[in-house]
Amino acid sequence: MRNFIFILLKEMRSYFYSPVAFVVITIFSVLTGYYFYNMFANFSTISFQAQTDPMIASQYGVLNVTEFVIRPFFGVLSVVMLIMLPMLTMRVFSEEKKTGTIELLLTYPVQDIEAVLGKFAGCMGIFTIMLLLSFPCMLLVAFFGDPEWGVIISGYVGLLLMGGAFIALGVFMSTLTENQIIAAVLSFASLLILYMVGATAAFVGEVMGRVLEYISILSHLDTFAKGVLDTSDVMYYLLFTIFFLFLSMRSLESKRWRA
Amino acid sequence: MINVKDLTKTYDNNARGIREVSFNIEKGEIVGFLGPNGAGKTTTMRILTCFMPATSGSATIAGHDVFEESLKVRSKVGYLPETVPLYTDMQVPVYLTFVAGVKGVPWKKIKGAVGEVMEQVGLTHMAHKFIGELSKGYRQRVGLAQALINDPEVLILDEPTIGLDPQQILEIRSLIKGLAGTRTIILSSHILPEVSMVCNMVIIIDEGRIKAMDTPENLTAQLSKSNRVMARIAGQHGAILSELQKMHGVKRVDTLGIGSEGGTSKFSIEFEDASQFSHLVARLAGERKWDLYELTPMKMSLEEIFIRIVTEEEMKK
Ligand SMILES: Nc1ncnc2c1ncn2[C@@H]1O[C@H](COP(=O)(O)OP(=O)(O)OP(=O)(O)O)[C@@H](O)[C@H]1O
Ligand SMILES: [Mg+2]
Repeated sequence: MRNFIFILLKEMRSYFYSPVAFVVITIFSVLTGYYFYNMFANFSTISFQAQTDPMIASQYGVLNVTEFVIRPFFGVLSVVMLIMLPMLTMRVFSEEKKTGTIELLLTYPVQDIEAVLGKFAGCMGIFTIMLLLSFPCMLLVAFFGDPEWGVIISGYVGLLLMGGAFIALGVFMSTLTENQIIAAVLSFASLLILYMVGATAAFVGEVMGRVLEYISILSHLDTFAKGVLDTSDVMYYLLFTIFFLFLSMRSLESKRWRA
Repeated sequence: MINVKDLTKTYDNNARGIREVSFNIEKGEIVGFLGPNGAGKTTTMRILTCFMPATSGSATIAGHDVFEESLKVRSKVGYLPETVPLYTDMQVPVYLTFVAGVKGVPWKKIKGAVGEVMEQVGLTHMAHKFIGELSKGYRQRVGLAQALINDPEVLILDEPTIGLDPQQILEIRSLIKGLAGTRTIILSSHILPEVSMVCNMVIIIDEGRIKAMDTPENLTAQLSKSNRVMARIAGQHGAILSELQKMHGVKRVDTLGIGSEGGTSKFSIEFEDASQFSHLVARLAGERKWDLYELTPMKMSLEEIFIRIVTEEEMKK
C-alpha cells in the first residue's frame, strides 16, 4: 500500500514536471470544449427555430437537452480519450526501460503489482483531472436548460470506467517495449480495433454479431449515456482493466525471470 | 552472508555473461571485483540484486535465495548500478524521499534519513537542483545516496568512484571503509590501488570466470614472492648475460638496459623457485670480480598480478 502511494505520487509528479500532462490536458479540453460548443450552439438554434416554426418543431419532436447535447457529448469524449490516453500511458514503463531507471525500480523492495497499480493510478489521476475539466460544460447546460442529472452522473461513471480500461491496455503495451512511439501506436491500434468491431457486428450474422457487439469497447458506454448503470457493462470495463493490469504484471515478471 | 554457487548466465544471443562463478563472502567483508571490460562484473551484480535471473546456479544473501525470496533480498541490499540511472525530472531531496519511501524507511524518519544521507555524500548544497542539471560526479553521489538511504546490510556498488574528483574519491573511499564492520560490501573497480586500499578481499574475474580470490596482501605475496631480482652490473654485457643464464636455478634472464649509467647493464633475473636468490647473484659477481651497483628483488604490484593472471590465461590457449 505504502509503495503504491509513493509510486503513484512520483508518477503524478513527473507528469506535471514534464510538458506531457499540460499538453494532453489542454488539447483534451480544447477538443471537447469545441465539440461541446458546436453541439450546444446547434441545439439552441434548432430550439429557437422550433419555437417560431411548427414545421421544424414536428420534425424534431420533443427537444430535450439531454438527448441533443449531453449524450452526444459523451460519445465525443470517448473518441478524444481514445486518441489522447495512449499519449499518457506510452511512457509509464517504456521510459524507465529506455533510461535504465527500471534497473533501480525493480531492485527496490517493490512488488510488481505495486509498481503496475501505482503507475496505473498515476495515469488515472491525470485522466480524472481531464474529465473534471470537461464538467463546466455540464454546468453551462444546467444554467441554460434542465438536463437529467442521472444521465450526467452515470455518463461520467461510464467514462471513468472506460478510461480505466484504455489506460490498463496502454500500461500493458508500455511494458512490452522501450520505445514510447511503438507503445503509443500499439495501444492506439488495439483500441481502434476494439472500437471498430462493433461496426462489423451488423453484417456477420446473429451469434457472431452479438459476440462482436460485446467485445466492442464503445458499445458498453451506450447504457451509461442513457442513465443506466448496467452490471454487465460495469463488469465488462472492470474485467478488461483487470485483465490488462494482470498481463502487465506478467510482462514485468517475465522481464525479470527470463532466463 | 553472500553465498554464490555455480552461477552461470548466458544471454539471449548466446553471448556468455558468467560461467560457474562461486564464492562466499562473510558478514562485514569488503570485497573488490576486479576484471577487464566485459569480464562479467556487472552481470554478477545484476543477478545478486535480483534484476536479472541466472541461467543456472544459486545465490543467497543473508540466507535468502535471490530467486525464491527476491523481495527479502531486495529489502536488504543497496545497489548502485554502473550507469547510475536516476529520474532526471526530480529534485535531489524529492527523489531521495521517494527512494526512502519505497525502501520502507519509517514515515517519521524519512526526512531525517534524506538529510543525513545528503550530508554523508556531500550533496547538501545541491538540494534545490533537479537531478538532470547535476554534473556526472554529483549524479554519482545521488546514486550512492539512494543506495545508502535505508542503511542496508549489504551494499553492491558497480564502479562507485568513477567520475568523481580526487577529493571526493578519497571521501567516498573512507565512507565505504567506515560503513564496513556490520555491513557487507561488494564493489567493482578498475582502479587497482583503490581495491587494495579499501577491500579486504579481492576477486579477479575474467571472461566470466573467477581467476583468483584472496586478500590483497596474500595475492601480492603469493604471486610476487620475489622470484625475480633486478641487478645492475658494470662490464661486458654479453659475457655477463651468458654467465647469469648458466647460474643454478635460473629460469630466464632479460636485459632491461645496456651501457647506460656509466657502462652498466641492467638485468632481470627470474629464478625457478620462489624463494630469495639474490645472494647467489651477489656471490657470482664476487667470484667474477664484476662491479655490482644495484641488486633489488622485484615486487609485483597488484596491477602486474592482475595483468599476469589475465594474460597467463590467454597464453595457455
Ligand atoms: N544485455 C546483454 N545482452 C547480451 N550480452 C550482454 C548483456 N550484458 C552484458 N553482456 C555480455 O556479457 C559479458 C559480461 O558483461 P558485463 O557487463 O558483466 O561486464 P563488466 O565486467 O561489467 O565490464 P565493464 O568493466 O566494461 O563494466 C560481456 O561479454 C557482454 O558483452
Ligand atoms: Mg560493468
